[in-house]
Amino acid sequence: MRVLLVGNPNVGKSVIFSRLTGIQVVVSNYPGSTVEFKQGFFKIDEAKCEIVDVPGVYSLEATNEAEEVAVRMLEKGDVVICVMDATRLERGLPLALQLLERRKPMLVALNIYDEALHRGIHLDVEALESILGVPVVPTVAVTGEGIKELVSRIPRARVPAVPEVAAEERWQRIGQIVASVQTITHRHHSLRERLEDFSIHPVGGILLAALIIAAAFVFVRTLGEGLIEYGVEPLFEDLYKPVLLRLGDALGDGTLLHEILIGKRIDGDINFVESFGLLSTGLFVPLGMVLPYILSFYLVLGFLEDSGYLPRLAVLVDGLMHRVGLHGYAMIPTILGIGCNVPGILATRILESRRERFIACTLISIGVPCAALHAMIFGLVGERGVQFVLIVYGTLFLVWVSLGLFLNALVKGFAPELFIEIPPYRRPLPSVVLKKLWMRLKGFLKEAVPIVLLGVLLVNLLHVAGAFNTVARVCAPIVSRLLGLPQDAVVALVIGFLRKDVAVGMLVPLNLTDKQMVVGSVVLAMFFPCIATFVVMMRELGWRDMLKSVVVMVCFSILVGTALNGLWPA
Amino acid sequence: MVESVDLVQMQTGQSGVLAFVEGGKGVTCKLDALGIRPGSSVTKISHALGRGPVVLRVNGTDVALGFGMAKKIRVCVSRNGGGKP
Repeated sequence: MRVLLVGNPNVGKSVIFSRLTGIQVVVSNYPGSTVEFKQGFFKIDEAKCEIVDVPGVYSLEATNEAEEVAVRMLEKGDVVICVMDATRLERGLPLALQLLERRKPMLVALNIYDEALHRGIHLDVEALESILGVPVVPTVAVTGEGIKELVSRIPRARVPAVPEVAAEERWQRIGQIVASVQTITHRHHSLRERLEDFSIHPVGGILLAALIIAAAFVFVRTLGEGLIEYGVEPLFEDLYKPVLLRLGDALGDGTLLHEILIGKRIDGDINFVESFGLLSTGLFVPLGMVLPYILSFYLVLGFLEDSGYLPRLAVLVDGLMHRVGLHGYAMIPTILGIGCNVPGILATRILESRRERFIACTLISIGVPCAALHAMIFGLVGERGVQFVLIVYGTLFLVWVSLGLFLNALVKGFAPELFIEIPPYRRPLPSVVLKKLWMRLKGFLKEAVPIVLLGVLLVNLLHVAGAFNTVARVCAPIVSRLLGLPQDAVVALVIGFLRKDVAVGMLVPLNLTDKQMVVGSVVLAMFFPCIATFVVMMRELGWRDMLKSVVVMVCFSILVGTALNGLWPA
Repeated sequence: MVESVDLVQMQTGQSGVLAFVEGGKGVTCKLDALGIRPGSSVTKISHALGRGPVVLRVNGTDVALGFGMAKKIRVCVSRNGGGKP
C-alpha cells in the first residue's frame, strides 16, 4: 500500500513523514522547505506501507511544477492523508475538497492543533468528519501527539460521494464548512502579531533585519572562534600532535609514507595548516577549522528557519532582488548557500522560472562562499588583519550585485513576481533545532571529510609524480601576469575543484603577500564550483546552462582577480 | 462612499472587499488557490518602500505579492474607511 502525504506548503507534512518513518528530514517554518518528494516505509499492524512526502501545493489545477508533480503522484497512491493546518482551515479546505473529488480513499490530519487551541480557534472535529465524510484526526506532529491515532485510522480511509463542482460552488461550500465547524474566541492583538507586522514594516522591518543579521553574524563568529580557541585547537595541539609526532618518528622523516600521512615537517614540527599530510592537515582543516563554523552557522540558521523569519526577510529584500533578476524569495536559497552551496542550489527549486534558477545558481556559486570557505577566510586571511577580510567580502558582494545586474540584462525570459504565504512566528523547539543541526553536521562529516582527505592525498601523489609543474607552467601567464600570484598557486586553484577549504589552506605555505592572499581567496571563491556543487548544478540546470554558468564564473573570476591585482595600492 | 482602488493605492491598515483581478488565467488561478478572489475581504498589512511587495491579510493569513501583481488587484474600500476594520 502506498500512502501519500498531501497538503498546502508549510503545514508540517515532512514532520509527520519523519514521525512515521523515523527518517530524519530537514523541516523548517517556511513554505517550500521540501522541494523533492521523499519516500519511506512504516508499519500498520505489521503490514509494511510505503509513504510519500509530496511537496506542498495549494491546488490540483497544476499551474506550476510542484503542483504537476503532486497531481502525477496522486495517481500512483492508494491512500491520501490530507494534512491541514488547524489554524488556517479556510486555506486548507480548497485542496481537501479537490482531493475528495479525485475519489481516492482519504483521511485528514488536522495538524498544528495545539496552536489553534492556543489562539482560541475551536474546531468541531466530529462535525468536520461528518461533513467531509472521511476520518479527521487532530495532530501535533512536532511533539508526536495524535500520530498513533492517525496511523490506526489509515485503514478506515474512505471515498465519500462528492460530486465534482465548479470553483464558485466549492468556495461557497468552504464558507459553509468554516461557519459550521469553527468558532473563534478572544482574538486580541498579541505581542507576536505586533512583532509580525513590525518585521515587514518598510522602515522598522529593515532596521530589525539589519539588527538580526548583525547579531547572527556576531554569534556565528564568536561561537565558531570560541569553539576553535577553547575546544578543538587545544585538542589537536596538546593531545593529538604528540601522538602524531611519535608516529612520524616511527615512520622516519622524509620517507614517502611520512610525506603522505604526516606531510612536511616545519622546523622539525608539524604545522596543521602547512604540513599537508592526510593525518595532519587532512583532518585539521575539516575538523579543526571548518566544523566549528559549520556548527555555529547551522545553529543560528536552524533558529531563523523555524521561527518563520526568513519569508519576512524575503519581503524586505524583494526590491533589491528584482534588480538582479530575481525576486525576494531567492533570498532563501542564497542564505542556505552560505552554509553549503549544494542545498542552496537545490532550494532554487522554489523559484518558478528557468531564468531565475539559472541566475540564482550562478550567483550562489560565484558570490556566496560556503561555511567551509568562510572559516578559512576568517582564519587565514583574518590573521593578517580584519581589513583584508573586509576587502574579500566587499569584492564578493560587488561581484554578486554587478553580475546580477549583468545577467538580468542579458538573460532573456520572464521575471515572475514574489507570491508567498508568510507563516506566523513560532517559537523554535530546541529539540527540533538540535536534531536538524545534528543531521547537517553528520552530512558534513560524511560527505565533506572524505573529499578533503581525497584532495590532500591527490595533492601529495601529484606532487610526488611531479605533475603539477606541467600544469603550473601552462597556466603561468594567467596566474602570474594577470593575477600576480606565484605559479604554485595554480595547484590550489586546481584543488579548489575538490574542496575550496583545502585550496585556501594550500595558499598558506606559498608565503604570499597580503595582496596575493586576498586575490587568491577571491579568485578561489569565484573561480569554479567545488565538485559537489558542480554535480548538483549539472543535475538541476542541465549541462548546457551549467556550461554557460561555468564560462561566466571563469571569465568573471579572472577579470575580478586582475582588477584587484591592478588596483591594489603599491 | 465606496470606491475601487488597486492594492498599491490602498492604504496600509485599510480593509476592503476584493472586486476583481486583471490578468490571465495563470495569475487568477494562483491567487484563487490562496483565497484571493472576488468577494474575499482583505486587509493591507504593509507595503515595502518603492516598488516593493504588498502584504495582504486574507482569511487570517498573510500573503506577500509582488508590486506588479498588486497593481492588478482592485479592491472596493469606503472612502473614509482607513484604520482598523
